[in-house]
Amino acid sequence: MQVSIVGRSRKVVTGWGKTSPIRANIARPESVDSAVFVVSEADRVVGRGLGRSYGDAAQVSGGQVIDMTGLNRILEFDADSGIVNVEAGTSIEHLIETLVPQSWFVPVTPGTRFVTVGGAIGSDVHGKNHHRVASFGSHVRELTLLTGSGEVVTASPELNADVFWATVGGMGLTGLILTAKVAMRPVETAMMVATTERAKNLDAVMTRMIELDPVNPYTVAWIDCVARGARFGRGLITYGDHARLNQIPAGWEPLDVDLPSAGTVPIDLPSLSLNRVTIAAFNELWFRKVPKRPTRGLVSFADFFHPLDMIGDWNRIYGRAGFIQYQFVVPDSRADLIRIAIERITDVGGSAFLTVLKRFGSGNSGHLSFPIEGWTLALDVPARLAGLGRVLDELDQQVVQAGGRVYLSKDSRMRPDVLPAMYPRLDEWREVRQRLDPNEKFTSNLALRLGI
Amino acid sequence: MRDGLGAVQRVLLLGGTSEIGLAIVRELGAAGRLQWVGLAVRSLEKAVTVKEDLERDYVGMEVEVFDFDALRTDDHQQLIDATFAQAPVDCVISAFGLLGADLDQQRDVEGVRELLEVNYVAAVTTGTLVIKKFEDQGYGSLVVLSSVAAERSRLDNYVYASTKAGLDSWASGLADALAGTGIQVLVVRPGFVHTKMTAGLAVAPLATTPDLVAKQTVNALRRGSSLVWAPAAVRPLMSTLRHLPRPVFRAVTKRASKG
Repeated sequence: MQVSIVGRSRKVVTGWGKTSPIRANIARPESVDSAVFVVSEADRVVGRGLGRSYGDAAQVSGGQVIDMTGLNRILEFDADSGIVNVEAGTSIEHLIETLVPQSWFVPVTPGTRFVTVGGAIGSDVHGKNHHRVASFGSHVRELTLLTGSGEVVTASPELNADVFWATVGGMGLTGLILTAKVAMRPVETAMMVATTERAKNLDAVMTRMIELDPVNPYTVAWIDCVARGARFGRGLITYGDHARLNQIPAGWEPLDVDLPSAGTVPIDLPSLSLNRVTIAAFNELWFRKVPKRPTRGLVSFADFFHPLDMIGDWNRIYGRAGFIQYQFVVPDSRADLIRIAIERITDVGGSAFLTVLKRFGSGNSGHLSFPIEGWTLALDVPARLAGLGRVLDELDQQVVQAGGRVYLSKDSRMRPDVLPAMYPRLDEWREVRQRLDPNEKFTSNLALRLGI
Repeated sequence: MRDGLGAVQRVLLLGGTSEIGLAIVRELGAAGRLQWVGLAVRSLEKAVTVKEDLERDYVGMEVEVFDFDALRTDDHQQLIDATFAQAPVDCVISAFGLLGADLDQQRDVEGVRELLEVNYVAAVTTGTLVIKKFEDQGYGSLVVLSSVAAERSRLDNYVYASTKAGLDSWASGLADALAGTGIQVLVVRPGFVHTKMTAGLAVAPLATTPDLVAKQTVNALRRGSSLVWAPAAVRPLMSTLRHLPRPVFRAVTKRASKG
């Protein structure tokens, strides 16, 4: 067995919300063999990608954090079927840069391209097209998983299906994802045809999204949580689809990922780093950029899918105490909870920065996968806010009663006792995990905190 | 685990019958996430009542009692090992100590030695053992109960004050040394606190209660602070005292000690 040098360091890590720092032992293998070696030596271990989980999912106390970003190679790509076989540390950014020129795009991307394929599977990430194509895990044809016993298991929806679906959304707790085969989707251009329109309040936003979803593969709404009274929940809705070849002006290189957006950009961000910009002021800027009439234009992938990636380290504006992101989903029948959540959080003083509202389609078979059919709301709140803990605990209860759940990849403060009610397949998942890893070698601070 | 809002799940109280220490435990419990409390005590009898009270008031919380004598230094490693054995401990409160209210400060050498060994030596050595565990865990919060007396003593408590001054100095230096490592050391300097330990003593100005000290302590923990005065107003008061000319200071404290 060839074992290459493993980079070792000890440094303070957090999630994207910059809360609950721990000084972790970090190992960074550059080959599968090295990763196997690191796991075999450790008592307690968790995989870490690009650190975009908001809470403590990718860190573990007293154990070994395996930084998988060194395993970032595209192993094989079938240009006919669009199936790409990658090492788990490959980022979505790398996939886009490499495969878009060959006219293939990722089936699902979250709001940042800085996530690894392993992380995208472990968190079963979703995007603006969830209502059409479900989440990332639904497009994984096969994965290889290194378990706590040192075994490498190949799993897919057909082979070891229980292991596969326990790993999709399994928060890295079933083992270390080593490689995955992802089904990319064909595109004719590197642009989107997108429209952005204003909606004057929350009801208007929600009504319009219900109209738009059947007709548009990609939809999302940004809600201004600072707006009060009649304008409560006013928002911007962006919707669209991939631009066909005949929608791109002649003379443009259609598959050039670096093409800038043309015409009116729905979201035009200040190019300076945000620091000390008050949330209200930012929201005003954001909303003012969109003219009163719906505007349609050609938008780059970066502008359409990953606008926040352009503000480097935007998570820093919250200062030393960091922030909490609260994301939940509730069935359509309890859409009223969206309003309630925004009200309760803004009442306690949390004016959330860029709140996102989306409708999900049906979920997949991942035991702990987050998306279910209904409405999902995601908001950021400074962690220092007095009274926030109680408000979120109460909202958790309401979410449970509504038959919904909170997203583990965003969580940093949920109580362990609400988890089983939110994820009814938890016991099933535990059985699979127990079989794969009876000594719970793979664990994280999130798992320890929530008792899973 | 400590969560994103600073709420803790496992806390160890060194000096498990300390009123201020227990008030801090209860304040930590108010966030609804406290699952385990370790009480390291000298008197197992008194601890039983405390344990019963806590378990009754916090359903589902486990309270474990450990035998702890500050003077038996040889046993300290074993104690800390035992308390950290099951799972990471998020917060340790060092609240044990003797007040020495009846100590003949000038003549009782053995009594003086005991005060030093309990309040200063044992507090620093057990604190050091705790920090080693926190290093292994990669995080942790150590709360050290100092006193305003660490800044300036009264005539009737200068031996006690000197132990707090030593402990305070160590804890403050440690807090600086550990800055940015994920390990937090919080020095709490309460003024006069109404407790069983101070019952019958002359009450000083700006006296406070264990509950108020606890609230300030927990807020300071959440903010990531390394020093908190309880109440906050006692800080400028102590600063004034410190800058008084010596004869004036002696006159003021002589009156204060007489009550």
